[in-house]
Amino acid sequence: MLLSQVEYARPQTVAEAIGILGGRENARPLAGGQTLINVMKMRAAAPDVLVDLADLEELRAISRTADGGLELGATATYSDVIGSPDATAARPILAEVCAQIADVQVRNRGTVGGNVCSSDPTNHLPPLMVAVGATMTIAGASGEREVPAEEFFLGVYFTAVSPGELLTKVTIPPKAGRDGFASVTIGKDGTCIVSAAASVNGQTRLAIGCVSATPVVVEGSDPEAVRAAVTDPPSDVHASAEYRRHLAEVLAARAVSEAK
Amino acid sequence: MSEPVASKRIAVEVNGETYEHEVEARRLLVHFLRDDLELTGTHVGCDTGNCGACTVLCDGQAIKSCMMLAVQAEGRRIETVESLGGEGDLHALQQAFSTHHALQCGYCTPGMLMSAKGLLDNNPEPTENEIRRAIQGNICRCTGYVNIVEAIKSAAVL
Repeated sequence: MLLSQVEYARPQTVAEAIGILGGRENARPLAGGQTLINVMKMRAAAPDVLVDLADLEELRAISRTADGGLELGATATYSDVIGSPDATAARPILAEVCAQIADVQVRNRGTVGGNVCSSDPTNHLPPLMVAVGATMTIAGASGEREVPAEEFFLGVYFTAVSPGELLTKVTIPPKAGRDGFASVTIGKDGTCIVSAAASVNGQTRLAIGCVSATPVVVEGSDPEAVRAAVTDPPSDVHASAEYRRHLAEVLAARAVSEAK
Repeated sequence: MSEPVASKRIAVEVNGETYEHEVEARRLLVHFLRDDLELTGTHVGCDTGNCGACTVLCDGQAIKSCMMLAVQAEGRRIETVESLGGEGDLHALQQAFSTHHALQCGYCTPGMLMSAKGLLDNNPEPTENEIRRAIQGNICRCTGYVNIVEAIKSAAVL
């Protein structure tokens, strides 16, 4: 399908990218394009300027932090994460979940930053990032700021990244306990109907996806607590609200029991 | 500085040859391949990134060319089904698809072949499960997956 007219730039530095994003109305960063190009086809998004991040190698890096945690560049692809010994050593759940996203072709192009910045409740990574306590680094004209994952997701398709800003990296603390993820998806490796991510380290921290606009945090694994937290899940063609409430409990328990 | 532009001249390596072309920023890679370069082996199936008929290799990795802009391919190395072989000079994968009757209508075949090539280039001895996962993003509506998996398996051991 023909896209609407759009302008395109491929900046060579992060500063230049931020300059274009902040200097032009309705400019959007383009990473893998596995969501953005499709929503542009459907006319659900109509940016005037695409700022391609492909040449910004530093945004694609995956590395260990001094404390044994992990830094994922925003444009690291799912395949980069799956193939990264650093990612697997630091927090194996990341590669495990990335391997459940869509198919090979999408994993070769789709990025960690795109998955979280689209803030689609059916995406895999938002609840996972909340459960593992990730920190998002956002760069803008006035410098960098850090936002905890819990405060990053503000609504459906809406995050703490403001116009003119760019998510540059996601920092994940070192693995201290066990991590788990469970989901019911539309088809094998499809988007989530409900998902649950768990981080178990003495105490359990759960993040439930797709039962609200943003991941719902539950401290502890008590089914009562899950029931109390999932108050008003959406109802759609894939699942009724009641069934989503049921899935939230089952998947929360599964994410905890399968955590390793 | 790289100012935003509505169209630009790009240089893309396709099947070993470098093509230079002026393209609109909104042009999808699949349309660049089919309409500008007249390499019509790459098919447009669903145009929504689900069917995999438009699969090509970009820098050796399988990607869906309906979900990439032509301008994003600037400076990259693209391989399409035309790179495999032609009549009388079939690639091992093409021969295996023929031998194992791994196609019926043939519409999904270029994408299947390129996904299979992407797999075997990176993993010459895949398990059956790895083969199935490699073609997970390619839909065959004649439902010939069993023979497609057999074909890829036999091409792998050649």
